[in-house]
Amino acid sequence: MKKVFIIVVGLLMPVLSWGAESTTYPNDKIEIDWDDKASMQRGARTFVNYCMGCHSAKYSRYNRVGVDLEISDDLMLDNLIFTTDINGDRTKAGELMNIAMTPVYGEQAFGVAPPDLSLVARSRGVNWLYNYLRGFYVDESRPLGMNNGVFENVAMPHVLVELQGYQKVKTIMQADGQGGEHEVIVGFELVKPGTQSKSEYDQTVLDLVAFLDYLAEPYKQTRKTVGTGVIIFLFILLILTYFLKKEYWKDVH
Amino acid sequence: MPPDGTDNNRRRFLTTATVVVGAIGTAAVAVPFAKSWNPSARARSAGAPVEADISKIEPGGKITIKWRGKPVWVVRRDDKALSTLTEVSDSLRDPESEDSIQPEYATGETRSIKPEYFIVVGICTHLGCSPTYRPNMITADFQGGFFCPCHGSKFDFSGRVYKGVPAPSNLTVPPHYFIGDGLVLIGEDGVA
Amino acid sequence: MSDKSTNGGLMGWIDARFPMTKMWEDHLSKYYAPKNFNFWYFFGSLALLVLVIQIVTGIFLTMHYKPDGEMAFTSVEYIMRDVDWGWLIRYLHSTGSSAFFIVVYLHMLRGMMYGSYQKPRELIWLFGMFIYLALMAEAFMGYLLPWGQMSYWGAQVIISLFGAIPVIGDDLTLWIRGDFVISDATLNRFFALHVVAVPLVLIMLVVMHILALHEVGSNNPEGIEIKKHKDENGIPLDGIPFHPYYSVKDIVGVVVFLILFSVVVFFMPEMGGYFLEHANFVPANQFQTPEHIAPVWYFTPYYAILRAVPDKLIGVIGMFAAIFVLFILPWIDRGKVHSIRYRSSAFKWLLVMFVISFIGLGYLGALPLSDSRTFFARVYSVGYFGFFLGLWWISKNEKTKPVPERIQ
Repeated sequence: MKKVFIIVVGLLMPVLSWGAESTTYPNDKIEIDWDDKASMQRGARTFVNYCMGCHSAKYSRYNRVGVDLEISDDLMLDNLIFTTDINGDRTKAGELMNIAMTPVYGEQAFGVAPPDLSLVARSRGVNWLYNYLRGFYVDESRPLGMNNGVFENVAMPHVLVELQGYQKVKTIMQADGQGGEHEVIVGFELVKPGTQSKSEYDQTVLDLVAFLDYLAEPYKQTRKTVGTGVIIFLFILLILTYFLKKEYWKDVH
Repeated sequence: MPPDGTDNNRRRFLTTATVVVGAIGTAAVAVPFAKSWNPSARARSAGAPVEADISKIEPGGKITIKWRGKPVWVVRRDDKALSTLTEVSDSLRDPESEDSIQPEYATGETRSIKPEYFIVVGICTHLGCSPTYRPNMITADFQGGFFCPCHGSKFDFSGRVYKGVPAPSNLTVPPHYFIGDGLVLIGEDGVA
Repeated sequence: MSDKSTNGGLMGWIDARFPMTKMWEDHLSKYYAPKNFNFWYFFGSLALLVLVIQIVTGIFLTMHYKPDGEMAFTSVEYIMRDVDWGWLIRYLHSTGSSAFFIVVYLHMLRGMMYGSYQKPRELIWLFGMFIYLALMAEAFMGYLLPWGQMSYWGAQVIISLFGAIPVIGDDLTLWIRGDFVISDATLNRFFALHVVAVPLVLIMLVVMHILALHEVGSNNPEGIEIKKHKDENGIPLDGIPFHPYYSVKDIVGVVVFLILFSVVVFFMPEMGGYFLEHANFVPANQFQTPEHIAPVWYFTPYYAILRAVPDKLIGVIGMFAAIFVLFILPWIDRGKVHSIRYRSSAFKWLLVMFVISFIGLGYLGALPLSDSRTFFARVYSVGYFGFFLGLWWISKNEKTKPVPERIQ
């Protein structure tokens, strides 16, 4: 049997591929604490003030965000709602987080329409977002003067530059495994500071990503709570059905 | 047939217990599906209360607000209109509004919080047409109010239905309250 | 044949007009199944359970979903966020879709291990294979409905395969799509097929599958025909009535399954991007192709075979051949012994090779191409088809162990 096992594992070995070396920078991993509502509130504030000029969150409703993040409707209206709806009236708390910029205009202005961000934490992942938002660096060759270590030649400007400040990139040449060499980013150097220190900016981005994580799946905590109850119930049912089965199967030998 | 020696009581107990717990589980599973039929957040948002600016209505004038897909009128009744309310009582089917829908703060003759402003859902209680506002239509048996062109139903300045017309009841008054000067919120009762 | 209509009361009234008691007896209380069903015999009833789950959750999703290119993606997020408990109904349906294939693959593997497809059960196997085909069509069309990037581009790739068919290929793909590219027309027709047509076909095939089974009687892990030894009343000596014994046992299986199912639904519905793919959280964009297009995990074995072949048309043929060869398995296996327990070690190794190849192909089908991966996909493809060739070869004069007459 052991021989079989070794042969089986051996035959499956080629299938196990090595993880690809990451060539993006930065490369950190984060954990989002869903109980830290204050962090998500700050993230919501950053999102509405810096991102919603171009990026909608059109599957999310303001009042849902308010209930989940413990922000009252009035606070929401005063601090987080800056739009009017299709009739020209002030957007109500129960409405979707839509914006004035249309995809057509966005594409004309930037070359590609700024995508809706309701689900970006599920399509890109929180790590990618955290690194992307800290990965902008000065690059004279780009139309907007900035490039990004995670998303090469991105069309988006560095909206948070006033907070982070300007950083330049440090690179080295690395062999690429095919006989040639390419440039790899190994670090950043701050050349003009913004209003926040590095750790403050990292926190700001973390808060924003926490909010985006919430935005992508607002019912995540409910889902886990209900799930726990369901599984406990099923275990009780399992005990009952198991003994029922055993009792009837005494007839069978 | 189970062989002799089987503990039928144990079987019956286990079967019953399993069936009961299973039934509870099945009922619990049915709940989310049934609840998915509730008005969604989108429906609740579209059905949310609506603010109406009544500051610019002239005496005798009327504005129309859309609430939950229905037309809601705000009529600024003048003294002439208000004075007809007592006069026409005998011609009305339900002058005390016992069979119609209105909040408890909108009963009596005026069916409103402030006599000057009358707020009513503009849908005829007969078959759903939208009546016309006829403040100056005075005839032998009509002192002005609302007239429905579809089948001729008549309502007074408080939306109370006349006798002898097809409509069975007074027009519906929606929940509402006044917020500050010149604004009324339609769709919600005010806090006492 | 007893006349149930002489039973008293309500049942008597019904039985005089409809064979209710007869059906209850024929298929449950007097359907005699072998007493030695093991773990592998749970998956038939579990497949039926998952079918019910998919139909019920599917109906409720259809109450809110909009099959329109402009509104489909939004309507899914509407279900997830605005409809009370909509997220649960959606996760049940998406997890159920993957669970269906896990259960069905294990159910088919049972058939291969115990020779359940052999005479006289070939038709059961054929109905089962048609169910498998219908299931794949159902899953493929269902996956277009959320109208995400992977929905769109996965469908684009698969439908364009039909373009490889000579002469009629291009017209065929145009006809399938109803448009020059995958569009609203394609979405709407896939919706109609996924919600109405294929479920009806599936239900009909499942009924036929079970009727064919009950006509002949179930196989078992020993591969013994229990009908060969009956008592004086005609009841197989090694058989037990399905109800209450297997109804009560299958319920335990159901509960265990529901626990595992719930763990996924409530704690990891995306399953690392295999059950709900990350790219599908981006609305379909016909001008932007995702970096890596892969079909959902349950199609990846066939996709790997397709990509392993350098020529497009032969690759398509190879992919369909991989499914077709399963259809004719009852005739490829010329052996007389049913169960792996009494078959040669050659058969055991062949089956191991098949399982490893299938898993290996599945794993590789999900990954982007590389030279080494293509090489191993070819190796595993040989292993996959090699099972059938090898089985044809060895089954004629196989060295088997003596099969007992009775179940121990």
